[in-house]
Amino acid sequence: MRTSAINEMKVSFPSASANESFARAAVAAFAAQLDPTVDELSDVRTAVSEAVTNCIVHAYRDTIGEITLTVRIYEGRRLVIQVKDKGCGIEDVEKAMEPLFTTGGEERAGLGFAVMESFMNRLRVTSHPGKGTCVTMEKRLSGRSGHGR
Amino acid sequence: MGVQLQMKQGELIALLDGEIDHHGARELREEIDAAVQRTKPRLLTLDFSGVQFMDSSGVGLIMGRYRMMSEWGGEVCVANLPPRLEKLVSLAGIRELCTVISGKEGKA
Ligand SMILES: Nc1ncnc2c1ncn2[C@@H]1O[C@H](COP(=O)(O)OP(=O)(O)OP(=O)(O)O)[C@@H](O)[C@H]1O
Ligand SMILES: [Mg+2]
Repeated sequence: MRTSAINEMKVSFPSASANESFARAAVAAFAAQLDPTVDELSDVRTAVSEAVTNCIVHAYRDTIGEITLTVRIYEGRRLVIQVKDKGCGIEDVEKAMEPLFTTGGEERAGLGFAVMESFMNRLRVTSHPGKGTCVTMEKRLSGRSGHGR
Repeated sequence: MGVQLQMKQGELIALLDGEIDHHGARELREEIDAAVQRTKPRLLTLDFSGVQFMDSSGVGLIMGRYRMMSEWGGEVCVANLPPRLEKLVSLAGIRELCTVISGKEGKA
């Protein structure tokens, strides 16, 4: 049996690029109840931005589709974030996750997954070509006692 | 988010400000590139002192300008990089392409 979440929020929004900053702000506002450090919050905001931007830029490249963002809080100050799209999907997830790999052309660095991986404690990507992609990432927040801001 | 451009003795300074993500990067890129193409500077300085957030779209922005400046042997300098952006800049290996000057936290 899976342990159930202590708290949970879910929002969905169209893949308009203006929603990149909305997604970051929404996750940050929800995570505030755990009183994360400035650095932890910055890591989470960056990782969320990467995952949501990928839906907008890649999954729904020439169209607008729905993005679903779910954030759950579990025992032990674990923040689990899921970003889902019903876009084009990824043929080879392992290859897509290699640093510098990109299908996005000149202006993309191919670093989104590398950022999610190094800024969060866990990253899992599942994808079905033609159906969509689900990115799940986890951040374990430190205890508040004994550290400065 | 925005950019202020200033030309001084062969150096083009782009004063960036706000949050650099995919949504805003395009407009920044267009404004910077128009000025770069017009002035063909020896040095392009991207001043990050007013930048509060950046993701890999910002890395793409820096790398793309590096490529453009390389066409005539020009260089790119990333100046006043806030400490909270260090992690991303290191991960991206920006220092192998440009001079990076660290800045102080939170001017903007
Ligand atoms: N949600 C998604 N749907 C479809 N393809 C995706 C999705 N997310 C990532 N990809 C594929 O994986 C590749 C790598 O993604 P990653 O975020 O690491 O780099 P990027 O988006 O290409 O560049 P950057 O994130 O540095 O701007 C993308 O180029 C794309 O081909
Ligand atoms: Mg990406």
